[in-house]
Amino acid sequence: MCAKARAAPPVCKGAAVVVTNARTTARMNARTKANRWNWIRHAAALLGGVLAASGARAVDLPEDSAEALFHSYNGGGVNASGPALLVRKQLMDKVSLSASYYMDAVSNASIDVVTTASPYTENRSEYALGADYVYRDSKISLTTSTSREGDYTANRVGLDVTQETFGGMTSVSLGFTRGNDTIGKHGAPEFADVAAHWQYRLGVTQILTPKWVMSANAEVLADDGFLGSPYRVARVFGAAVAERTPRTRSARAVKFRVIGDLGSRDAIHADYRYFWDNWDIKAHTAELGYSRYFGEKWLADTSLRFYRQDHALFYSDNATAETTYISRNRQLSTFSSVGLGAKLAYNLRTVPGKYALKLNGAYEYTNFKFSDFTDIRTGEAYATQANLFQVYLTATF
Amino acid sequence: MSRRLFLTTALLLCAVLQTACAIQPWVKPYEREHLADPIMKFSRDSLSEKHFEHVRDVREGARGATGVQGGGCGCN
Amino acid sequence: MTQALPIFSKPRRQFVARCAASLALPLVANAAFGALAPSAAAPDFTLRSMGGPNLRLQEQRGQVVLVNFWATWCGPCRQEMPQLNKLYDKYRAAGFMLLGVNVDDNSQHASDVAQKMGLRFPVLLDSDKAVSRLYDLSTMPTTVLIDREGRVRHVHNGYLAGYEDLYDKEIRGLLK
Repeated sequence: MCAKARAAPPVCKGAAVVVTNARTTARMNARTKANRWNWIRHAAALLGGVLAASGARAVDLPEDSAEALFHSYNGGGVNASGPALLVRKQLMDKVSLSASYYMDAVSNASIDVVTTASPYTENRSEYALGADYVYRDSKISLTTSTSREGDYTANRVGLDVTQETFGGMTSVSLGFTRGNDTIGKHGAPEFADVAAHWQYRLGVTQILTPKWVMSANAEVLADDGFLGSPYRVARVFGAAVAERTPRTRSARAVKFRVIGDLGSRDAIHADYRYFWDNWDIKAHTAELGYSRYFGEKWLADTSLRFYRQDHALFYSDNATAETTYISRNRQLSTFSSVGLGAKLAYNLRTVPGKYALKLNGAYEYTNFKFSDFTDIRTGEAYATQANLFQVYLTATF
Repeated sequence: MSRRLFLTTALLLCAVLQTACAIQPWVKPYEREHLADPIMKFSRDSLSEKHFEHVRDVREGARGATGVQGGGCGCN
Repeated sequence: MTQALPIFSKPRRQFVARCAASLALPLVANAAFGALAPSAAAPDFTLRSMGGPNLRLQEQRGQVVLVNFWATWCGPCRQEMPQLNKLYDKYRAAGFMLLGVNVDDNSQHASDVAQKMGLRFPVLLDSDKAVSRLYDLSTMPTTVLIDREGRVRHVHNGYLAGYEDLYDKEIRGLLK
C-alpha cells in the first residue's frame, strides 16, 4: 500500500494542512462557519491521503434486489402505517440504480393533539432515487428524495463517497446531505415558511479480526429556518401560548458499533451513540443485539435498546417566566425509553448464486417515561408504550 | 513556541504513521469467510432500517450518525 | 502579530525534507514483490482433492496450468465458475490443466457446492490456508496462469464479467 504512494507524501500533506490551518485560523472571524469548513478540510485532506495510497482492488457493487414492506407504528395515540417498496438494479457492472416508495397513513390522536386540538388523519408519501458508482476501491453514491404530506414537503440530496484501504480492512466514508423543506399550515393559507438542513458525515469501518468488525461514525447536523410546528402550543403560567422555537440548530452525533461472530452460526452486536446540540439536548443511545441461524431456513434476531435525553434549554412543561423561546414539545423534554425487539426471517427459496427470496417479520415494544412532561388529563408525569410492527419480503437476484 | 510545537507534533505524526505503514493487513482476503455472512452486516434490510430510523427521528430529540457500510466479503 | 512565513522558508524546507526522508526508507523496503513475481517459479504445493487423492503442482509440469483460488462465500468466485468450466472443456485436450483451490473452513460444504455447480476440473481443498499464504493472495478470487516450465506468467486479482476472454487469450498464448 505505501509502496504505491509515489505522489506527494499523502500523510505529510494532511499534516502540512493542519500546520497551515493553525496559522490562518487566528485571522478567521466568522467562527461557526470557519469551524464547520475546517473540519471538512481536515477530513478531506485525510481522505485525499488515504485515497492516494490505495491499491488496485475494487469494492462490491450492491446486488440486485427488491423489497416490499408493510409497516405499522402504534404508540402514544399515534397510528402510522403503510407500504414501502424498493427496487435495485445493476447496470454494466459499474452502476447500481435504486428507486423506492414509502407511504405513511397517519392517524394522530396523541396527547398533544387530544389535549390542545382534535384528532386528524394524514397521508405522507416519500419517493427516493439513488445511484451507486464503483471504481476500483471507491464507491460514490448519490441519493435524492422527496417527502410530501398536506402541509409539509421535504427534499433531500445526498452524496457519499466510500473508500476501501489497508488491504480492504479499513473503509473510510465521507457524506453530505442537503435538505430543503416547505412548511404550510392546514386552514391557514397565509402561513408559509421554509427550513434548510445540512448534514456532514464521516465514518470508518475497521475489521478487527476474522470474526469481529467495528465502525465509528460522526455526523454534524445544521438546521436553519422554521424548526417547530405551527400547531403545537406551549404553556406559560398555565396558559396556552403558540410555541416559539429557535430558527437555527447545530448538532453533533458520534456512534460506535461492533459486531462479532460467536462461532456457532450466531453473532452479537453492540452500539452506543452520543448526541449533543446547541439546544442543550444531550442524548445517549445504547443497543445490544443477538442474531442466530436456526437450521437452513430460519434467522432470528433479538435486540434491547436504551435511550435517554435531557431537555432542551427552552423546553418547559409549564413555564414560570417569559423567555424568547418556549416549547412544550415532548420530543425535547427529559425522557428515557427502553425497547425490546425481535425479528424473524424465513428463507422461502434459495438458488445459490441465482436468487434468494425471504419472508421477514419484525416487532419492537418500547416503553417511554417522561420526567418533565405532564399528562394534563391526569396531572402525572406522562408515560406511554409503543408497538412497531413490520412484515416484508426481500428478494435478491 | 506554538509554531514549533505544531511542527514537532506533525513530524511525530508523520513518523508514527510511517511505522503504521509497516504494519501489514492482518486479516487476509481468504480469511473473511465469517465477515462475508449477512449476519455480520451493519445494515441488512434497507427498507426496514429506514422505517426504524424514521420512527426514532420523529419520537426522539437525537438524530444522525446512523452509519455507513464496510466489512463484508471484500471480494474483487 | 506574527508575519506569515514565505513559502520556501528554511523551517518549511527542513520540515518537508524530514518528512520525505522518513518516507523513503519504508518505500524502498516495500518495493520488493510478493511471492508471485512475473517469470518466477510458481511455489510448489500438494493438496488433497475433492475426489480423495492428493495432487501436486510440480507433477503438472509440461502442461499449462491455471490455478484459481475461490470460496463458496465469495460472490464473484461463484460467478466465475461456469466460465472456468467452459475453458477447461475447451483446452484440456491441448495440454491445459485447471486447478480450483478452495479456501473454505468447511471442506465438506465446499465439496457439496462444487458438486452442485457441476465443476469438471479438480477442486483442491486448502482449509488451513497454507497455500493461500504461500501465494500471498491479495484478493478473492485470484487466478494464476503458469506456463509449461512451471513459471508464473499472469496473475489476475478479482473477477469481472469479461475476464474469461482475457484468460482464453492468455491460455492460447501459453499453449503455443
